[in-house]
Amino acid sequence: MRRQPVPTRRRFLALAGGTAAIGALPVAISVRPARATPEMMATAIRTVTGGANVKPGKVKLDIPPLVENGNSVPMTVSVASPMTANDYVKSIHVFNEKNPQPNLGNFYLKPSAGRAQVSTRVRLADSQKITAIAKLSDGSFWSTTADVVVTLAACTEDVI
Amino acid sequence: MTAALINVPKKARNGDIIEIKTLTSHVMETGYRHTPRGEVIPRDIITSFTCRFEGDEIFHADFFPATAANPFLSFFTTATKSGKFDFEWIGDNGFSQTASASITVE
Repeated sequence: MRRQPVPTRRRFLALAGGTAAIGALPVAISVRPARATPEMMATAIRTVTGGANVKPGKVKLDIPPLVENGNSVPMTVSVASPMTANDYVKSIHVFNEKNPQPNLGNFYLKPSAGRAQVSTRVRLADSQKITAIAKLSDGSFWSTTADVVVTLAACTEDVI
Repeated sequence: MTAALINVPKKARNGDIIEIKTLTSHVMETGYRHTPRGEVIPRDIITSFTCRFEGDEIFHADFFPATAANPFLSFFTTATKSGKFDFEWIGDNGFSQTASASITVE
C-alpha cells in the first residue's frame, strides 16, 4: 500500500510559488507593449563604440542586485583611471536590455574630474542585465555588466 | 515650480578632488505610460545637464526616459582655484533651469 505524500508546509509553498511565477509571466508581458531587446542594446552600444572592440575590465558598476521598486534605482559607475591630461576617461555610457529604450545615461568627463565616478538614479522596467561602457582618451573601450532583479517595474506602468 | 538642490563644498584646498551633487525637481514623464482611458501621456523629460566652472564645461550628462524622476547626479572635479560653478538643465517643452554655486580654494 502506497502512502499519499503528506503536503508539508515547505512543499505547499514551493508549489504555490511555482504556480504564481508561471501565472504572472504572460500578464507581465501583455502589459508592456514597447520594450527594447538585447539586439537594440547591441545596436546602441555600436553607435557609441563605432564597432570598436570592447574589453571587459576597468569599469565598476554598483547597482543593487535586487530592487523592490524599479522607479528609482541608485547606480554608481566608476572607472579605474589616473585622470591625467594624457590618460583619462572621456565618457561613460550605461545601457539596459529591457526598458523601452536601451540607454540609461551618457556622462562626459574631463581630465580635471580627478576621479572617474558618476552616480545617478534610473528606472528599470524589468529584471535585466545592465552594461556600463567607458571610453578612454586612448580610444579604447572597457565594460562591465551587472544583473538586477526588479520586483516592481517602472517606465510603462499605467496611471491609476 | 521647479527647484534644484546643489551640494558643493564651500571650501577646498588646492588639488582636492571634490564631489558635486545635484538634484532637480522634475517629473521625467517617460512617454510610455497610458492614462486609464488608453491615451499615451506625452514625454516630458530633462535631456541634458551641463556643469561649467568659470565658463569651461567640466561635466555633461545626457538623460533618457530611464532617468528616475527628480534627476540626481553626483560627479567629481579637482579644485584648483576659487570660482563659480554654473549648472544648466535643458529638457522637453522648452524646459531650462540654471543654478550656481561658489567655491573658495585655499
